[in-house]
Amino acid sequence: MSIAEKFVALDYGPALEDPKEAFVWLDRHNRSFGHFINGAWQPPSEEKYFDTSDPSNGEKLARVAQGSTSDIDAAVKAARAALPKWQALSPHARALYLYALARQIQKHSRRLAVLETLDNGKPIRECRDIDIPLVARHFYYHAGWAHLLHQEFPDYTACGVVGQIIPWNFPLLMLSWKIAPALATGNTVVLKPAEFTPLTALAFAEICDEIGLPPGVVNIVTGDGSTGEALVKHPDVDKIAFTGSTEVGRAIRTATAHSHKRLSLELGGKSPFIVFEDSDLDSAVEGLVDGIWLNQGQVCCAGSRLLMQESIAETLLAKIRNRMSTLRAGPPLDKSIDLGAIVSGVQLDRIRRLVNQGIEEGSTCWQPDTELPSGGFYFPPTLLTDVHPTSIVMQQEIFGPVLAAMTFRTPAEAVELANNTVYGLAASVWSESVNVALQIASQLKAGVVWVNCTNMFDASCGFGGYRESGFGREGGKEGLLEYLEPWWFKSAPALSAQSQPASVTNEKASLPSGIDRTVKLYIGGKQLRPDSGYSMEVRGLNGEMLGEAALGNRKDIRNAVEAARKAAGWARGSAHNRAQILYYLAENLSQRGQEIATRLAAAVGEEQASAEVKFSIERIFSYAAWADKFDGAVHSPPFRNIAIAMNEPLGTVGVICPSEKPLLGFLSLVLPVIAAGNTTVVVPSQAYPLIAGDLYQLFDTSDLPDGVVNIVTGHSAELLKTLAEHEGVDSIWCFGDESNVSVVKAFSAGNLKQVFTNEGRVIEWFDIKQSEGRWYLEHATQVKNIWVPYGE
Amino acid sequence: MDLTTLSGDDTEERVRRLCAKAVRPIQHELIERLAVEPLKVQVAAVCVYHRFVETARRALDGSDVRVAAVSTGFPAGLSALSTRVAEIRSSVAAGAHEIDVVITRALVFGARWQELYDEIAEFKNACGSVHMKVILGTGDLLTLRNVARASFVAMMAGADFIKTSTGKEPNNATLPVGFVMTRAIREYGEETGMAVGFKPAGGIRSAKESIEWLALMKEELGVSWMNSSLFRFGASGLLNDIERQLEHHVTGRYSADYRHPIA
Repeated sequence: MSIAEKFVALDYGPALEDPKEAFVWLDRHNRSFGHFINGAWQPPSEEKYFDTSDPSNGEKLARVAQGSTSDIDAAVKAARAALPKWQALSPHARALYLYALARQIQKHSRRLAVLETLDNGKPIRECRDIDIPLVARHFYYHAGWAHLLHQEFPDYTACGVVGQIIPWNFPLLMLSWKIAPALATGNTVVLKPAEFTPLTALAFAEICDEIGLPPGVVNIVTGDGSTGEALVKHPDVDKIAFTGSTEVGRAIRTATAHSHKRLSLELGGKSPFIVFEDSDLDSAVEGLVDGIWLNQGQVCCAGSRLLMQESIAETLLAKIRNRMSTLRAGPPLDKSIDLGAIVSGVQLDRIRRLVNQGIEEGSTCWQPDTELPSGGFYFPPTLLTDVHPTSIVMQQEIFGPVLAAMTFRTPAEAVELANNTVYGLAASVWSESVNVALQIASQLKAGVVWVNCTNMFDASCGFGGYRESGFGREGGKEGLLEYLEPWWFKSAPALSAQSQPASVTNEKASLPSGIDRTVKLYIGGKQLRPDSGYSMEVRGLNGEMLGEAALGNRKDIRNAVEAARKAAGWARGSAHNRAQILYYLAENLSQRGQEIATRLAAAVGEEQASAEVKFSIERIFSYAAWADKFDGAVHSPPFRNIAIAMNEPLGTVGVICPSEKPLLGFLSLVLPVIAAGNTTVVVPSQAYPLIAGDLYQLFDTSDLPDGVVNIVTGHSAELLKTLAEHEGVDSIWCFGDESNVSVVKAFSAGNLKQVFTNEGRVIEWFDIKQSEGRWYLEHATQVKNIWVPYGE
Repeated sequence: MDLTTLSGDDTEERVRRLCAKAVRPIQHELIERLAVEPLKVQVAAVCVYHRFVETARRALDGSDVRVAAVSTGFPAGLSALSTRVAEIRSSVAAGAHEIDVVITRALVFGARWQELYDEIAEFKNACGSVHMKVILGTGDLLTLRNVARASFVAMMAGADFIKTSTGKEPNNATLPVGFVMTRAIREYGEETGMAVGFKPAGGIRSAKESIEWLALMKEELGVSWMNSSLFRFGASGLLNDIERQLEHHVTGRYSADYRHPIA
């Protein structure tokens, strides 16, 4: 085409990034990579390799090592060996390493960007302008935390050896989200990059070497799912951090249930993109471009469900179609294309299959005449209309450039539709009214809500999901907590296995004399007889009969959860109100303390009983104090945005109380849960369930709304299974022996509810450091980051 | 591009120099080496004060370059309405092909949209068939909402073009303002079927910046808008940089400003 013709046609010309330097780097490694273990390249023990290729043209880029169980073992051993010295470094010394990593990433930013584009297929513009700058930012930010660690987290210590598994959609960025906080907090790392995109992780390994990071602090083992599985199952790993599909996340939850491994999961999503009639529609359309067409839609927080207010739906759809028509697909190294290649043939097939299923279900599929390159894995931008909440394309994560659009009538319906999903990763809300936008943001079940923007990320702002989008946060202060635990916790001794209730003894005993005392279940503010119609004996210190407790069963748990979920208004009330009720509870316990202690003494002895009452009153005061003080934060990411980090309650929390301190143990767990605004279903002490009778009388007289606390007595080991697997329970706290804790973890995998346990260890309930405060409140809440832009 | 000279020290000779550059904006040698003679590359208009309309018209006689007069109490636009309207009529009578009017920013701040509409409609009436560009003074309006509202009122009142700035406001054409104005033009077109032109003016000095604006036009309004009847740069310094970049394209060597004849 002559210049004169170009002058008239005004087409975009090709603007290819030269990949030469990246190829030079690959050639320098002879296009063959081993694992990076203990600071050196190691050939795979089984001498197996696999190829990684450019998805835009199918060309092989290099071969990489297939990690075996023994490779993982070598890496974990190296990380373990490196741990003491790494932890012995001063915070400043660790900060210097993180700073050097950030600097080195910046110095080689273009090579990393080109490598990422070659390996992943995403546009170079995204790698260059989004991924790699965010990677550097993540290391800078965490270099700062490394330095401040002891000042800001005086009571915490590192988990130890951390196993990390990352996905292929933002390979190096996800690596930075994993490695930076782990190193800043003094952990050592074994990381497995995704099978499709190992190259930038290997380039990062080389950077670790270049800056002189001590051997073994970061180990990179490449491989497929089996390599990841070996890492998850390795007995000497203290924590697993995983980003990937919900399906694999669930498998990891199950696989780690019978270990003490900490777990954080960042999983799938089907995030709503909500457009109100008063929004700037043109901006909303550009938001969608970033929301669903960034990285070809292969983004866990992609705004894949468009919810449009009915009044503007047709106008908006017309604008979207126009905009889609100007999207350009092309070779990913072209600096001015919008859509690159899909990462693999497998993924392309999945996108095609889901879109076809959607069409079969009656959706209307619209695609512009986007010119797609021949060869390579490409899929055009796609809009599906005539979809409903029942449509597969509205429920399942497609992980492709596919937008499904439907309408809503009112703000309340927008929220209902948005929350009608098992996921809860992110949401985007568009309205020119900040009041409307914040009102909606507060009601969405999502870890990140972007107001009038979308897909914004920063190291200072936690990222992570609600519900089956996982748990734990990456970024911000909350992200660091995923790699820390209270310093005393790991060395706490194991609880001895808890004996079964006294009812197994055959010795007959008669009930105490006087008027019969019937302790029932407490559900929805009512004292109820158990569904089973059975009771269980409760024996004292010397085997004497103290009374009988209701024998709750599966259906009682069901009813209690229903009642707890109905009481969700507790969270919407003010924190001040919750504090007032807790103070009233303290007042009432103080009045009746003597009498309760006397009864409790028969089960635990006089000394413990009176101490439990005394500490309980203080503990109630403590959480009444906390109720309106466990505030969130306001972050200042380096954009024209603020991000409001709110500590939100989880919802309904199941609580399995420790057996050993019937009153104080109950309150130590239930108080933070309800102070934060959760409702709860509690299984009280196995040893002395009769405490329920005293507690519900206290709750009743303290104006605690019906259903906020529900108590089901019975065999803990059975009830906890029902609670742990109940999909209406958002989190479960289990403080018991090792076997109960493992069962709870294993049974929680269904809806991936958050699990907080004592890991079967002894908690000193009379020691304030161990038994109350932030550690508990952090587990009673989840952080929602609401991004609000400045300017018009 | 509209080549512009709007300074207190303008003289007839200065205007004639500008006109000479307008007719032959790029050195012949470059045109030849780019093989673009058939395009007959010229600027769209020369933009001057009323006083120089006739000078410019004579200097441009025989070319397709149009004469645009800034009018209506440019740049503040605060003289009496009758004076402003009379000014338009004089420039039209003097042979201006295009009139660049400025709006009364006070009417925007006061949300006196009807008055603004009436004022611009009166300007249009005075222009008759002569092409009218309405300068919003976006650097004064400051908020994007005001820019959007003023854009709509100007178009409804008969603007053939909406233009960002006089070049005298503290802020000139910025991309956010460009987005708002082009989107307003798009929406107006969708509502009425009428194509209104866009002229960013002031502050665009490099070829690289001009590419950003061209991309904005292509993305927001499409290629059909990318010709001189619907899109103009209002600039004085931009041309020299474009010439330098063209020379670089032809020779492979970076060029220097003094190598290209000034206006």
